[in-house]
Amino acid sequence: MLLLLLGIIVLHVTVLVLLFVSTIVSQWLVNGGHTADLWQNCTSGSVFHCLTSSTNEWLQSVQAMMILSIIFSVLSLFLFFCQLFTLTKGGRFYVTGIFQILAGLCVMSGAAIFTVRHTDWHQASENTSYGFAYILAWLAFPLALASGIVYVILRKRE
Amino acid sequence: MGTSPVPGYPMGLTGLCPLAGPSPTSSIHVYTQREVYGTVGSHVTLSCSFWSSEWISEDISITWHFQAEGSRDSISIFHYAKGQPYIDDVGSFKERMEWVGNPRRKDGSIVIHNLDYTDNGTFTCDVKNPPDIVGKSSQVTLYVLEKVPTRYGVVLGSIIGGALLLVAVVVALVYLIRYCWLRRQAALQRRLSAMEKGKLQRSAKDASKRSRQAPVLYAMLDHSRSTKAASEKKAKGAPGDSRKDKK
Repeated sequence: MLLLLLGIIVLHVTVLVLLFVSTIVSQWLVNGGHTADLWQNCTSGSVFHCLTSSTNEWLQSVQAMMILSIIFSVLSLFLFFCQLFTLTKGGRFYVTGIFQILAGLCVMSGAAIFTVRHTDWHQASENTSYGFAYILAWLAFPLALASGIVYVILRKRE
Repeated sequence: MGTSPVPGYPMGLTGLCPLAGPSPTSSIHVYTQREVYGTVGSHVTLSCSFWSSEWISEDISITWHFQAEGSRDSISIFHYAKGQPYIDDVGSFKERMEWVGNPRRKDGSIVIHNLDYTDNGTFTCDVKNPPDIVGKSSQVTLYVLEKVPTRYGVVLGSIIGGALLLVAVVVALVYLIRYCWLRRQAALQRRLSAMEKGKLQRSAKDASKRSRQAPVLYAMLDHSRSTKAASEKKAKGAPGDSRKDKK
């Protein structure tokens, strides 16, 4: 039981770390020495300097989705600890699970919007590829969903 | 900084303490936005406010200058003096400008209607409030665009705010429904247990004769899922029957 509990918490924290890293790190799009993320476009050469991103509506919605997923995931972790101490025996962690699933859906829609719409604010060129932050965002989606489902299925033992 | 600046001191020093009492060298401060966006054909308000240590005198004058983009010349397009606004009636802003300010409220704003691409440029607001005439003027750059770009953070904020509000409303609603349901359950339970006690003491017939509420309660319990009207009707029509059914 303790092992299961630990595993769940580790999974949740992993999701949170993935969300934070993918939101913050400037590696959504990579093109040589040029990287771009949700907040700024950076050029690393002799001088490393960054410019703030455009104010495109779609980009802003991606930002909003990522922030929302972080908020939901943090809230879910908080609720999990609350429910761990207040839930009656045999109860399910519905609220925790719902918030974690919401976080997963948010990060999915954010990454999906980015995939479809990133050419709107970032002129695509031949050798532009997605960076690791983008991949982490997609990775966070199934993990968050899985952790959310585990919460819903899980019954409190003791 | 408590002492008021002595006349003749460098301007920089007086600028540091604008709240010092009236003195010949205290300056006037003019504020405008940095950038203003407008779409072609729409109108835009160029707001200009100012702060002066002196009373607003009758001799106050407000001037707007316009420097078109790529042009070196700055032309005067508006002047307010002696309580009278003078609006450009020959230049490109002819019949497109409106005075909406009020010097008494330290407001020197103008509105430009029917924007065109030629209006791109820098507008300068300059206020003189004699004897308070020293101070910088303030500039605002007007961008006339096909479509106004969304301000940063508007979409972001509204999405996050909207989502969190939605979640909060849903949570509140769930709690409210649960609370109401629990309260109703508890009330029913209490009445039921009261009934049980009553039944133990006296026979069912006596209870039906004495208390008129008991049958109604039974009806509610029996037909809680059916419509209220039906249960009421039944309860009123044949209180004895419904109780017999129950038994």
